Amino acid sequence: MPRSQMTLAGWARTAPSRATVLTGDDVASTEALSEAVATAGERGVIARGLGRSYGDTAQNAGGLVVDMTARDRIHAVDASTGLVDLDAGVSLDRLMRVALPFGLWVPVLPGTRQVTIGGAIANDIHGKNHHTAGSFGDHVVSMDLLLASGEVRRLEPDGPESELFWATVGGIGLTGIILRATIRMTPTETAYFVADTERTANLDETIERFSDGSDEAYDYSSAWFDSISTGSKLGRAALGRGSLARLDELPAKLRRDPLKFDAPTLLDLPDVFPNGLANKLTFSAIGELYYRKTKNKRGQIQNLTAFYHPLDLFGDWNRAYGSKGFLQYQFIVPLDAEAEFRAIIRDIAESGHVSFLNVFKKFGEGNRAPLSFPMPGWNICVDFPIVDGLGAFCRSLDERVLAMGGRLYTAKDSRTDPETFAAMYPRLDEWRKIRDAADPDGVFASDMSRRLRLTS
Amino acid sequence: MIDAVGHPTSLLLLGGTSEIGLATAEKYLEGGPVRVVLAGRQSPRLADAAARLTRAGATVETVEFDARDAAVHTEAVRKAFAGGDIDVALVAFGVLGDQEKAWQDIDAAVELAEVNYVAAVSVGVALAAEFRRQGHGHLVALSSVAAERARRSNFVYGSTKAGLDAFYTGLTEALRGEGIGVTVVRPGFVHTKMTEGMSPAPLSTTPEAVADVIVSAVARGREQAWAPAPLRFVMSALRHVPRPIFRRLPL
Repeated sequence: MPRSQMTLAGWARTAPSRATVLTGDDVASTEALSEAVATAGERGVIARGLGRSYGDTAQNAGGLVVDMTARDRIHAVDASTGLVDLDAGVSLDRLMRVALPFGLWVPVLPGTRQVTIGGAIANDIHGKNHHTAGSFGDHVVSMDLLLASGEVRRLEPDGPESELFWATVGGIGLTGIILRATIRMTPTETAYFVADTERTANLDETIERFSDGSDEAYDYSSAWFDSISTGSKLGRAALGRGSLARLDELPAKLRRDPLKFDAPTLLDLPDVFPNGLANKLTFSAIGELYYRKTKNKRGQIQNLTAFYHPLDLFGDWNRAYGSKGFLQYQFIVPLDAEAEFRAIIRDIAESGHVSFLNVFKKFGEGNRAPLSFPMPGWNICVDFPIVDGLGAFCRSLDERVLAMGGRLYTAKDSRTDPETFAAMYPRLDEWRKIRDAADPDGVFASDMSRRLRLTS
Repeated sequence: MIDAVGHPTSLLLLGGTSEIGLATAEKYLEGGPVRVVLAGRQSPRLADAAARLTRAGATVETVEFDARDAAVHTEAVRKAFAGGDIDVALVAFGVLGDQEKAWQDIDAAVELAEVNYVAAVSVGVALAAEFRRQGHGHLVALSSVAAERARRSNFVYGSTKAGLDAFYTGLTEALRGEGIGVTVVRPGFVHTKMTEGMSPAPLSTTPEAVADVIVSAVARGREQAWAPAPLRFVMSALRHVPRPIFRRLPL
């Protein structure tokens, strides 16, 4: 049987744990998979995709982890309705390559295309178009969920079991194993973006750009911001905002093959980086370069890498942080908490904890899923190298985010505590009821579910 | 699970009244909530320890555990894990004994050996089994500088700690690759109830300082730690001092 003992960690490479990993035919066959779930044992089972969640959502110490990448078939692409029927282990990267020739675009793209459909649903991921398109769960037409009982249930957002559907969206794999889904894709004429880029001089200007209504003109928008410079440069940002290009917007050269998958990668980083390389000096220098490189330019035609995934130029970039790894801290706070939100940005810059990969985005409306992260507000993502005192600093941030009515994102969290999480997600008990009904014996479990006491 | 910043959700103290153990729990509590399981003999001291940690913000459970009774060790460890995963287990029990009596009185010598060595091995086996079952965990064993090179004045105690030290150092290797960490901590002279009235050796330290060493060693996944850290260099020098000179050193 293709089972092996493996030590698994999240993308940030912190808090690894040991589990039995199920792969290959035992995953691809629904019968074998149901059998494995039924006989999982007291430590339970969790599905894992491509391991891009930063924390401990897709690991299960002492239990069973199902490597879903074995389920990788795309069953049907319907160009007229825009519906794609595919297995949960298919990556967004592959979906994009297959669907583009049909003029179909992946409706929600996170910061990497190396995530599976199952992971995209289970974390209800979002992208730069959250303010216009919502999160991934909003584009799922139906999904097949393998329950703890071994039976497979087809769920729809407004079907008879809509509650379980929405508990599974953002439910980090704890309601069952998503086997297959039908996704409604976005029609597009090209695979390019028409983008406007600009620099802001400080935090006031950055917030202003996202508040003056200009954001509504773009389907996609987000900013990289400087979280190291203090004083007058505090919160200066490089904005990239745009929409998918229409055919007539492309230059003649690109018009010949407008749906070409154009996402270059330069090099993979080797695993040789020492700890401590990620420091204030290197980060300030790279940040300054990145900021200066961004010009105030309108109407540029950009490919996917340039506009959307600049980090993909460097594969396995998480290695740059060395073996100690790093900590991703992503939070959202309601729009009305602007003053305190500014104070948090200032305190991060002044904390001495340096972060380079900083994302700033204004989110639109959330959806019906009780554990979905997005809500209207200011979304901030920073990542800190692991150093002494980081835990205490993050705890102080937790308290302030919570006081503002904000919350953390499960796909990123690797350290908060059960009480804080429950307070951030007031609908947690409602989700638990639905989850417990679907899995009364607590078969589905993960390191995160134990850390945050999500299941009973 | 020990989280990304080295903070555990739960801590088991074997030797629930150990001052180093309690200081370690308090140090962890500064970083967030912790469920602490105190394993020890039911006594007013154990109740005081539980009250002290509850005041510091811990959720405390106690489990009946007597180092002298090897027959109940497995059961006590199993009970300690019954309330949920244990992220860090600290083997902190031990007795110093009366050294002059211990090398001349069989009962005294055997008691030292049973508590400090036999019981430590027995719970080590039980803890390793529980940690393997849950797929994660970190074991910390309190050894001593006396384990590195015993002196005339403490060699019975030193011999028991040398045994413990060798066992847990070996356990580190046995559990490598299983996702389970083991740290052997070698404190020098620590100012505690156990050493009350004794004249402190050079580089003496406190339970709080040893706790800092433990927390940092666990977070970094270190397999060996000295408390205070400079003892490592002192002891590596002392290890090679010829016996005729060593016995004359004012230690």
